[in-house]
Amino acid sequence: MSHDHAHHAHDHDHGSDLSPIEARVRALESLLTEKGYIDPASLDALVELYETKVGPHAGARVVARAWVDPDFRARLLADATPAIAELGIGGRGGEHMVVVENTPETHNLVVCTLCSCYPWPVLGLPPVWYKAPPYRARAVIDPRGVLAEFGVTLPETTRITVWDSTAETRYMVLPLRPAETEGFDEAALAALVTRDAMIGTGLPKGIPAAPVEMPV
Amino acid sequence: MSDPSPSTFKAPWEAQVFAMVVSLQEAGLFTWSEWTERLGRGIRPAGSPERAADYGAWLETLESILSERGVTRPEGVAARAEAFLRAAAATPHGEPIRLENDPLHRP
Repeated sequence: MSHDHAHHAHDHDHGSDLSPIEARVRALESLLTEKGYIDPASLDALVELYETKVGPHAGARVVARAWVDPDFRARLLADATPAIAELGIGGRGGEHMVVVENTPETHNLVVCTLCSCYPWPVLGLPPVWYKAPPYRARAVIDPRGVLAEFGVTLPETTRITVWDSTAETRYMVLPLRPAETEGFDEAALAALVTRDAMIGTGLPKGIPAAPVEMPV
Repeated sequence: MSDPSPSTFKAPWEAQVFAMVVSLQEAGLFTWSEWTERLGRGIRPAGSPERAADYGAWLETLESILSERGVTRPEGVAARAEAFLRAAAATPHGEPIRLENDPLHRP
């Protein structure tokens, strides 16, 4: 307690902490603002947009619509970007989206082996693991092992197809609709759709974990 | 591997880097293809293991593109960062850190 107090007094007397990386970011921002390249108010608006509005709930709406509306599903699989735009979803980072459909025979998994390309309008910004070398490398070499780490065990007969997103083409998975959801409306269905289910590293809530063959 | 309740950015500086890159891309300074190509190269340093395409890598990629295009110079960015560090040291805890607080600041 007395230590905490002393520490606080120390901070107060000796100013604020700024890490080297924070100082570099502030430096760039202030220089670019002075030179007229950026506007701090637009930066704040962008941050707020991606922190509060853009996220996987948008992709979940797309999936739920595809589950209840076969015509929409057909349009989505044929040409995803305009179909997704029907729901008022699109824009930056989603200029050309491709939706790949899971079936009982095929499971799809999305990665960006180069860096971190990701369909922002439907999924928001990528999670940390998506951008990390282990996932980027292993999703291609050992997709079944990666899925196991995410707790997804598929039947041996299910084929896994890996899709490599780029700046030009960004993939999203249309997962299988969970069993026993016949009476669900779109909102209830959307609530079952997780971010990972749309990357392919997860399954929607409600699909029971595949055959129980737990490793010892 | 998975995080159940992710926040979009781990720290405010990550959000600022993201927003600067998006703003500059939309202002036409580079295309997304150029960006990913540069970022992809940046996270594969010769002789070292591949790195994460995280916001630290975004910052380095942005600095290198800006320097190449003559928008900012590395020395200029470093000097301004030093000014911010001095300003922070002179700013009472909890108050906004402004460049004017740098004891060496000249308007």
